[in-house]
Amino acid sequence: MNQKELREQENRCIQEQAPACSAACPVHVDVRGMTAAIAKGNFDDAQELYRKSIPFPQIISRICDQPCQKTCLRKDLGGAIEIAALERACLDFAGRDFPAVKQLARKSKTVAIVGAGISGLTAAYDLARKGWGVVLFEASGQIGGGLWQTAPDLLPRDVLIDDLKIIEQMGIEIHLNSPIGRTGGNGHGTLLARMSHEFSAIYLCAGPVASDFHDLKLDGNGYVTIDPVTFQTSIENVFAGGDILRFSTFANNENLHHSAILSLSEGRRAAISIDRYLQTVSLSASRFFEGQYTTTLFTNTKKITPQPPRLQTDLSTCYRPDEAVAEADRCIQCECMECVHVCAYLEHYQAYPKRYIREIYNNLSIVMGTRHSNQFINTCALCGLCAEVCPTNLDMGQICKGARIEMVKQQRMPASAHDFALRDMAFSNGEKFSLTKNPPGTNVSTYVFFPGCQLSASYPHYVEKAYSFLKESLPEEKVGLMLRCCGAPADWAGQEALFAESNQQFLTEYEKMGNPKLILACSSCYQIYKKHFPQIEITSFWEIYDQFGPQTERRITETPPLALHDPCSTRYESKIQDSVRNILRKNGIEIEELPLNREKTECCSYGGLMWLANKQVAEKMIQGRVNQSQSDYLTYCAMCRDFFSKNGKRSLHLFDLLFGKLETDYALTIAPDFSRRHENRARLKEKFLKEQWSESMPETQDFEKIHLILTDSVKSQIENRFILEEDIQKVIANAEKSGKRMFNQTTNHYLAYFKPASVTYWVEYSPQENGAFEIHKAYSHRMEIGRGAVK
Amino acid sequence: MSDYVDLSKEKNWMCANCNVPLVSGKVDISYLGNSFQVNLLKCPICNLVLVPEDLALGKMAEVEKSLEDK
Repeated sequence: MNQKELREQENRCIQEQAPACSAACPVHVDVRGMTAAIAKGNFDDAQELYRKSIPFPQIISRICDQPCQKTCLRKDLGGAIEIAALERACLDFAGRDFPAVKQLARKSKTVAIVGAGISGLTAAYDLARKGWGVVLFEASGQIGGGLWQTAPDLLPRDVLIDDLKIIEQMGIEIHLNSPIGRTGGNGHGTLLARMSHEFSAIYLCAGPVASDFHDLKLDGNGYVTIDPVTFQTSIENVFAGGDILRFSTFANNENLHHSAILSLSEGRRAAISIDRYLQTVSLSASRFFEGQYTTTLFTNTKKITPQPPRLQTDLSTCYRPDEAVAEADRCIQCECMECVHVCAYLEHYQAYPKRYIREIYNNLSIVMGTRHSNQFINTCALCGLCAEVCPTNLDMGQICKGARIEMVKQQRMPASAHDFALRDMAFSNGEKFSLTKNPPGTNVSTYVFFPGCQLSASYPHYVEKAYSFLKESLPEEKVGLMLRCCGAPADWAGQEALFAESNQQFLTEYEKMGNPKLILACSSCYQIYKKHFPQIEITSFWEIYDQFGPQTERRITETPPLALHDPCSTRYESKIQDSVRNILRKNGIEIEELPLNREKTECCSYGGLMWLANKQVAEKMIQGRVNQSQSDYLTYCAMCRDFFSKNGKRSLHLFDLLFGKLETDYALTIAPDFSRRHENRARLKEKFLKEQWSESMPETQDFEKIHLILTDSVKSQIENRFILEEDIQKVIANAEKSGKRMFNQTTNHYLAYFKPASVTYWVEYSPQENGAFEIHKAYSHRMEIGRGAVK
Repeated sequence: MSDYVDLSKEKNWMCANCNVPLVSGKVDISYLGNSFQVNLLKCPICNLVLVPEDLALGKMAEVEKSLEDK
C-alpha cells in the first residue's frame, strides 16, 4: 500500500467528517462537543469550545439565525436541538472566567480594515491574534455596524458594548467617524491607492459602496470581481467581503439577506487570506471546508426514539441549568461507526477504519523497531461485513489482507501468527488426506465432490453420506471425489507463494479428472474456487440437494424454530442461501431469521484465521453472534457450528438434519479436537479408499505406531497449547531411539524434547509395560536452544 | 531471563542417557536473530538441557511475542 492508496482508502472512511450542524455552521462551531459537555453538566468545557469558533459569544448567541438547526438529524425525531439556547446557557452557567485572548508577538506589517461591522471586527480580531498590526476605519461614531440595528431586547446594548471591548483590548487602532471618500488625498488619486501604499493589506467590508472604489474591477453585472475562495480583488493586497460582494453597482439589491454568522465567517476567511498574503504563502492551497457545506457523515437514526424538546425556545429564551442539560442530552451525537457497531474486532481496538488504516500503514513502514499493529492486522476475519454496512463500502478485510501479504513479503509476519493453520493445511494436502479419484472403474469424472478439509475433520461420516447421495442423485453422471484443502488458510495468511503452490497442485489433479464440475460443501472453498478459478464450473452441495434431494418429505415436525446462521462466505451467494432455506422448508423445519443474516451475516471467527491470531477477540465475536437469539442455531458450515457449540450454544449443522439420526440430539456435540481432526481426515481417506476403490493407505511411519495414553485433562491441555498427538509421538520416537531424555528420580517420569520444524515440543511421559506411553504433560516454545546445549 | 527460572524445583531430574544429575549452567537461547544467555539445568557430560514448563510458557512465550512484534 503506497501513500496514495492509503489516502484514498482513508478518505473513504467518513467517521471524522463533521456532523451536519457543524458543517452547516459557517464557522463550524463544535455543536456536538458542546452538547456532550453540557449533557454532563460541564458548562465550562462547552463555553471553551464555543469560544474557539466565536470571537463575540454574547452577541452571536443572541442573534445567530442558526443555519445549523435546519440540518440537525433530530429535526424529524422530536425537533432540532435548541442550539442557540444551549450556547447562551454555556455562557451563563460556566463556573470560571475565560482568560484574555492570546496574541502572537507583534509583527511589523499592518492591515487596514474598512468597516467595523461583524465581518470587519472578526477579521480584525483574527489578524490581531496572529500578531499583525490592525487599523480599523469606521464611518460612524461607534464600532459594531449593523449590530446596532438589532432589537435592544434581543441584544441589550450593554451586552453589545461589553462583548466588543475585546477589540480595543487587543490593541487594534480604531478610527471612528472616518468615512472613506472618493478622493485619495496626500497626492493619491483614490483612497484605495493611498491605503494600498500605507498598509500591507486592506480588507474592505464597509457595506454597499463598491462604486466608491473606482480602482476595483467589476464584473458584467456590476459586482466587485473577487476570488470566491480567497476574497482577493483585482488589486492583490485588497480583499473584500460583506455587502461589497453582494451589492451591485448597477442594480438595487433591496432584499439583501444579512446573517451575523455569515458575516463572521467572511471576516474569518478574509483574515486567513490576508495572513497568508502577508506571510507570502499560497492563498488558495488547502482551503477546504470553509463556510457552509454539506457533510458526508452518515448517521444511522433508525434506533433513535423521537423526543421533543422540553421547552420550545426563541432567541430570547434563557434555560435553567437543568433544562440545558436535558436539552443537550437530546443530541444524537452524530457519528457513523456503522462497521464498528457490527464487528467485535473493529470495536475491540476502540477506533474506526480511518485511524486503523493509518496505523496499518505506519506499521508496514517501520524498518527498525517494534511493529505494534501486527496482531491487529492478523485479527481481522476478512469477512466483508464492514464493507457491506459502510456507506462508502470501505472493506477493512481487503486492507488487512493486503497488509498481511506485504508483511510476508517483508519477512515481518510473526511466525506464530498462522503457523498452526498452515501446518494443518499441509497435512490436508499431504498423503494422509489428499485424494483425487474418478468413480471406480472410470478414468474421468463429470462431477467431482469436494467436501473440504474442515467438514471432513468434524463430520467425516456426513461426507461419506453426502458422496453417496450425490452418486445416487446423479446416476447418469460420473461423480469423482477430491479430498484436500482449498488453500484458504494460506490465502488468508497472506502467503501468496504457498497459496499459488496449493492452487497449482489442485489444478494438476483436477485437470487429470477431465475438468469436471466442482461440487463444494464448504462455502469458504466455494469462495476460493469462484475467485481464483473462474474457468471452473462450480456449484454448492446445497444447490444440488435442493434440486435432487427429497422434495416433499417432512422429516422433523415438532421442533421449535431454529435460528439460521448464514456462513460469512455466503454473504453474496443468495443462490446458496435460498437453496438452504428451500431444503429446510421442504423438510418442514421452521427457521428464525437472525437480525444480521444473508448479506449482513457475521463471521464465527474462523474467517481470516482470527481464531488463531487473537483468541480474546474471537471469543467476543462468537459470543456476540450466539447472543442474538435464544433459539438453537442451525448453520451449513462445519466451523461455524463447531465454534458456536464450543462456546456452549446449542447448534446444528444442516447435515445433522439431513443425514443424522432423528432421535439423536446433536446440538451440543463437541467438535473433535485438533488431533482427532487429523485422525478423522486420515480415516475418511482410508475408508473411501477401501470401500470405493479397494485400495489401502500408504505405509504408516514408525512414530505413528506409538500408542499414547492421555487423560482428558492432558488432552485439553495440549489442545489449548496447539500441540498434536503426532507431535508427541515424534518426541517420544526420537527420545526412545536416541536415548536423549531426562529421568526424574522422584516421579519416575521421563522428559524429552524434539524440534521437527520451527517449534520445540517437550513431553513428560512414562513408558507402560504394554509398550504404550502415558503422557503427563506437553508444552512447546519457539525460541531455539543454542550454544551450551544439545540441539 | 534466568531470573525467571526456579531451578530448585527441577532438582530431581537427571540425564537418563549419561546417568548423572543435571547441573546448573549457562545456555544460549535465541529467536529471530536475538540471543539470550540463561542459567538452566543441563547434563554435564552430553549437554542435554532442561527447559521447564514455567519458563517455556511464561517468560519465553513473552519474549517470543515481543520479538515477533505482536
